[in-house]
Amino acid sequence: MAGVQVANLSRSFGAHKALDDVSIDFADGGFYALLGPSGSGKTTLLRQIAGFDFPDSGRIAIGGESVERVPVEKRRIGMVFQNYALFPNMSVADNVGFGLSVRGQAKAAIESEVLRALDLVQLGKLGARRPHQLSGGQRQRVALARAIVTKPRVLLLDEPLGALDKALRVDMQIELKRIQREIGITTIFVTHDQEEALTMSDRIGILRDGRLVQEGPPEEIYDRPKSEFAATFLGDANIFRGETTGTGIRLPDGTAIAAGAGATLAAGARASCAVRPERIRIGTDSGTSDPNANMLRGQISKRIFAGNSSTYFVDRDGQTLKVIVQNTGVEKLAEGQKVVLHWSPESTVLIAAG
Amino acid sequence: MATTRFLEWCGRLYIWLLLAFLYLPVIIMALMSFNVSPFYQLPFEWTTEWYALLWQNDQLFSATWNSLEIAIITTVIATVLGSAASLALYRHEFRGKKVLQALLFPPIAIPWLITGTAMLIFFFGVGIGRGLFAILLGHVALALPYVIVVVSARLQTFAPELEEAARSLGANQWQVTWRVTLPWIMPGVIAGGLFAFAVSFDQFVVSYFLSTPGQTTLPVEIYAAIRKGFTPEINAVSTIIIVVSMALMLLTARFFKFGGEK
Repeated sequence: MAGVQVANLSRSFGAHKALDDVSIDFADGGFYALLGPSGSGKTTLLRQIAGFDFPDSGRIAIGGESVERVPVEKRRIGMVFQNYALFPNMSVADNVGFGLSVRGQAKAAIESEVLRALDLVQLGKLGARRPHQLSGGQRQRVALARAIVTKPRVLLLDEPLGALDKALRVDMQIELKRIQREIGITTIFVTHDQEEALTMSDRIGILRDGRLVQEGPPEEIYDRPKSEFAATFLGDANIFRGETTGTGIRLPDGTAIAAGAGATLAAGARASCAVRPERIRIGTDSGTSDPNANMLRGQISKRIFAGNSSTYFVDRDGQTLKVIVQNTGVEKLAEGQKVVLHWSPESTVLIAAG
Repeated sequence: MATTRFLEWCGRLYIWLLLAFLYLPVIIMALMSFNVSPFYQLPFEWTTEWYALLWQNDQLFSATWNSLEIAIITTVIATVLGSAASLALYRHEFRGKKVLQALLFPPIAIPWLITGTAMLIFFFGVGIGRGLFAILLGHVALALPYVIVVVSARLQTFAPELEEAARSLGANQWQVTWRVTLPWIMPGVIAGGLFAFAVSFDQFVVSYFLSTPGQTTLPVEIYAAIRKGFTPEINAVSTIIIVVSMALMLLTARFFKFGGEK
């Protein structure tokens, strides 16, 4: 087991900068998600850490040992591929035992290790099957068992749940997390699914155009996004753009929005404020005694009922705001109704214009 | 309903006529190799005399042996070299790769008569001359593109992540090739090998150019024998060759089908 340090990593393919000066510290035993849209460089970063590709510049260290020029087969990593990449000509047991067998371990030792790994992923009885006889979820487990049986220093997962259907994906998220805790392995997980990143990881790194946009625990990134991109890519956010007053912004129409958190900016600069839809209160009157609360008036253009909550789209001065309200059975607002929105400055994050 | 049945019947007839067109001459020849009369006279009287005579015909016999020997060696060399070349073309990107790949196909289309003439001139020029070794070299050159085409086609169905997965598990290049890639492309390798065998064993034109009176292959020897005067022995040896070739082709077909499965 070991931590992974990536420092100033850059990699270009022709004129395209796939990774641009990326530095991240993956703590020993942590569960780390690399989140970003396609083409953001998250898979390139994972392949660099794995050793399938070498960087143009920068350092990669696993457990303190520099590995940026070490080929993948010598890095002692475990990897789970998006399409599982199980060997079709081998049984499940031979797939799982492959990594031990190429290291020249004795047959009996391999057999018991394989059995232990299959037990860990709850596939103890399926060793004799062929990969094509398994369901998607079972293949996923075999791929995981195969990756961890060699006791790698770090486990790399490339969108491992992408090919599974929703219900199975949620099961596997819990399962993956359990196994990771049980063996305590440093895990780096590439995904474009923000929900997956939020629920599974200890820390998240958000990538965009080959650069690391923000990095930290899920709560911190969600509550304190440092850019509009981070705010809107991880979760939903209402973005207001204007001129900063130092503690908030002034919208073009003169309305002031106070922010309780975020960047410290010189007054007069272009800036944005981000507010999560569930932090906004909605009603027919102001309904708050807090004199510092942010307040806006608007008109409901659309309401989407989702059982436990409702989403209101509120039009205001050419902007559509999103408000999510828990279904407490009290609020009864209709489309077309004029409403007042209010939220506390503490729920508002000031972001420097990017 | 009646029309459907009629069309079905027509289709069946068509297939039988096609098969008759393909196989009737061969079947007649095979039958005549068991007929007493050397002049194809009927009624048909059963004999294996011609096969017995064939057994004593040293010239045909040694030519058959040469043919088999050359075909087997050609198969081994062309399959190994061709499969290795296919793997290299699959794995590596290099300058001129597209040109090289494109250049692998024309030898299949160039008439053997021309290839044979060119080889004859070339082998004389470099001092190899004619003979069994020259024939072997020629056959390997003819068979190589076939192997590469067939193995490369099979490699197109191989998922590159499998090699990456094997490497991530600590396998070196040899282990990856032997334990992951080769098992997957094996049907293609076997089919390529059968093609190589067929190209060599059935080869007449190039062998004719490169053989010398003592060092010749079966097809060339048969041709020479026919020119001297036809005997049912030729029918006999031809029947044997047809049986061997057909068995090989059926095997090839089987492996191709095998290759199509998951």
